[in-house]
Amino acid sequence: MEFDKELDARGLNCPLPILRCKKALAEISAGKVLKIVATDAGSVKDFQAFCKQTGNELLSFSEGGGEYTFFMRKRA
Amino acid sequence: MSKKLALIASKGTLDWAYPPFILASTAAALDYEVQIFFTFYGLTLLKKDLGDLKVSPLGNPAMPMPVPMPNLVQMLPGMESMATMMMKQKIKDKGVASIEELRNLCLEAEVKLIACQMTVDLFDFKREDFIDGIEFGGAATFFEFAGESDVSLFV
Repeated sequence: MEFDKELDARGLNCPLPILRCKKALAEISAGKVLKIVATDAGSVKDFQAFCKQTGNELLSFSEGGGEYTFFMRKRA
Repeated sequence: MSKKLALIASKGTLDWAYPPFILASTAAALDYEVQIFFTFYGLTLLKKDLGDLKVSPLGNPAMPMPVPMPNLVQMLPGMESMATMMMKQKIKDKGVASIEELRNLCLEAEVKLIACQMTVDLFDFKREDFIDGIEFGGAATFFEFAGESDVSLFV
């Protein structure tokens, strides 16, 4: 999937992946896509909850080799 | 209008410093407006120097220890420093944020930090011991915001 910015949140634990994601979203404009790679198993549910509450769209989520990859579209 | 979170932080140990700052910074990331009211030992969390934060295994049977340790041993001089050192190492190893980092993130996110003036007087703290950008107030100040908040927690 194409993306406009990538956030490496590997090795970070709760709540840092969410906080860094929020910062990264602030640096892109509405409609752009942020790719996030995390290793925190809790971040799977957290990013879903984050998107549900903030209106940003979680486009996809995949898991492999202990890494979780998310693609998120910034809300308009 | 954004949701509001009102927290009271009343504890001043390294472990208990986490919940208020984690909740506040996360709520801010979720577009909440957040205030934390620091009272009694919680005031320690607003000091410029956070190096004094410690964790004590004494009287805390739930704290995981590498070897079982009776209270009688835990009270020996140096045990508290050792437990604190071990905890800080774990925090680093596991990619958990430091309290200073979380506090800075809260400040950046414009979380309002309020120091309980009564406790400042009670413990003879000086205003210059505290970080910049905080406010001083009392219980009524807390309720002004908490009364309109969606979530309110005492830590």
